[in-house]
Amino acid sequence: MDIYIFGQQWVNGLVLGSTYGLIAVGYTMVYGIIGMINFAHGEIYMISAYLTAIFLALLGTFGLQSVPVVLVLVLLGTVLLTALYGWSVERIAYRPLRNSNRLAPLISAIGISLILQNYIRISQGARNQGVPPVIDGVWRIPANAVDQHFVQITHLQSLIVVTAFASMAVLTWIIHHTALGRACRATQQDRVMANLLGVDTDRIISVVFVMGAAMAAVAGMLVTLNYGSFDFYIGFLMGIKAFTAAVLGGIGSLPGAMLGGVVLGLAESFFAGFVNSDYKDVFAFSLLILFLIFRPSGFLGVPEVEKV
Amino acid sequence: MMTGEVPAAGDAPQPLLVVAGIGAGYGAIEALHGVSLEVYGGEIVALIGANGAGKSSLLMTVCANPPAKRGEIFFAGQAITRLPTHQIARLGIAHVPEGRRVFARMTVAENLAMGRVALSADGSRAAQQEDAAVLQHVYQLFPRLRERALQRAGTLSGGEQQMLAIGRALMARPRLLLLDEPSLGLAPQIMGRIFAALRTIAQAGTTIFLVEQNANQALQLADRAYVLVNGRITLSGSGQALLVSPEIRKAYLGGH
Ligand SMILES: Nc1ncnc2c1ncn2[C@@H]1O[C@H](COP(=O)(O)OP(=O)(O)OP(=O)(O)O)[C@@H](O)[C@H]1O
Ligand SMILES: [Mg+2]
Repeated sequence: MDIYIFGQQWVNGLVLGSTYGLIAVGYTMVYGIIGMINFAHGEIYMISAYLTAIFLALLGTFGLQSVPVVLVLVLLGTVLLTALYGWSVERIAYRPLRNSNRLAPLISAIGISLILQNYIRISQGARNQGVPPVIDGVWRIPANAVDQHFVQITHLQSLIVVTAFASMAVLTWIIHHTALGRACRATQQDRVMANLLGVDTDRIISVVFVMGAAMAAVAGMLVTLNYGSFDFYIGFLMGIKAFTAAVLGGIGSLPGAMLGGVVLGLAESFFAGFVNSDYKDVFAFSLLILFLIFRPSGFLGVPEVEKV
Repeated sequence: MMTGEVPAAGDAPQPLLVVAGIGAGYGAIEALHGVSLEVYGGEIVALIGANGAGKSSLLMTVCANPPAKRGEIFFAGQAITRLPTHQIARLGIAHVPEGRRVFARMTVAENLAMGRVALSADGSRAAQQEDAAVLQHVYQLFPRLRERALQRAGTLSGGEQQMLAIGRALMARPRLLLLDEPSLGLAPQIMGRIFAALRTIAQAGTTIFLVEQNANQALQLADRAYVLVNGRITLSGSGQALLVSPEIRKAYLGGH
């Protein structure tokens, strides 16, 4: 095993995994609060990629030069509009079905996901879209002085990891140290009781969708800047990967989502680097199936106890 | 009593809570068939009844979960029948539900803080001082909660959880406290402590509407009481009168 390949897979895995983790947050929080898998979440991520491109182009026409300013503005715009999409999906597709059986919202989720995909395909075209590189620059860490191999970390990759973990830290802080976060946790643990105490639980559920969409938007922007290209179908694969990450970490657990993301990203990278890169998705889904069968509560999940 | 009307007041004081001919249930199952009762400010009123009589359903229907299908509910003269649950809480009705329902994965202190949600927090200095005073009052009532403040509620004993559920309700400074079987599953000694606390709470001016299967304790505490059988009120009177009523002794007190 070459040490530089080993090092490079760590870098790639961490970058990939931190974006999985950000998207997994949306699955895990929504599941925690209403016990349902929001299968439209991948499309929310996909929409954020388009919004990133649109905001980049828009700021370009205004002739804005400063890269940090552009990035912050694109981030704000993308997060806000994507959050609005997340909020609308809950209002339109899920809230009317709040008291129906478990299958109905699931079907609605698949429906809304097809609608969002086709809405983007028709309004934006089916072609692959792209954004120009915004940040270049790379660090090379020599791994072997003799044959000059090195581990490569682009500036953008480091920005991705830092931004992902910073967003997670902010979200975790909100959930654990603010009155809003406390209301979210209370609603998650016992919705009826929270309601009896005066919590507007419908509003809290909206807030959770908004938070999940916002995190997916951060991921969407970072991945779009990194890969440069996307189409209306990217939400599908990314959605399943992030869902896998959420299951690995323990669905319902916030730190679990990030942990599951990083573990999945690393596992996938090492598999691609050392075994076979064509089968890395198959490998990821096999992990999903194995966990669902043998350890459905994941690394940090709470085994199904409550849900009165 | 006529459905949909507040009883004429005259010179008599207005009841704090009026339940007027409500019917409620779950889907096709009817749990309450036209229940009417009143609770006046400053009173302790008990509702006793056997398993499945509809006691919990009645308390939950006051909080619109599920909402009443028929009849009206008034709180302090205002119809609350069609308000959403969280708004009813914010009017000053606090619920200590069956089974306590503390937030198991939150600390005792966080559970108590959840009780404050119903208050319209204006963040003013006066409001904060008031909050702190209520917290001290709760800790005085149940010193055990102060000792356990940073412990997860799920690790508390049953009695401590009941204290926490009552403390959490008091944090909202409610005008009306609804309690659903606070004595359930508790050792007699702990039960005594809970009932003593309820007496203190009532003396401090909070109106109490209490549901109990433990008729003996409840009737001793209550100023007035109602008896619920299969979703209908069959008897009412002062706590003392019901305590000595032969019917009640036979059905609920295991007496002769
Ligand atoms: N969530 C529910 N769904 C369907 N039926 C319910 C539900 N809750 C209560 N019921 C039914 O309503 C009736 C009244 O139940 P309720 O819990 O109000 O009685 P209770 O007097 O509180 O009994 P207990 O002393 O056992 O607590 C019962 O027949 C019960 O089966
Ligand atoms: Mg009951």
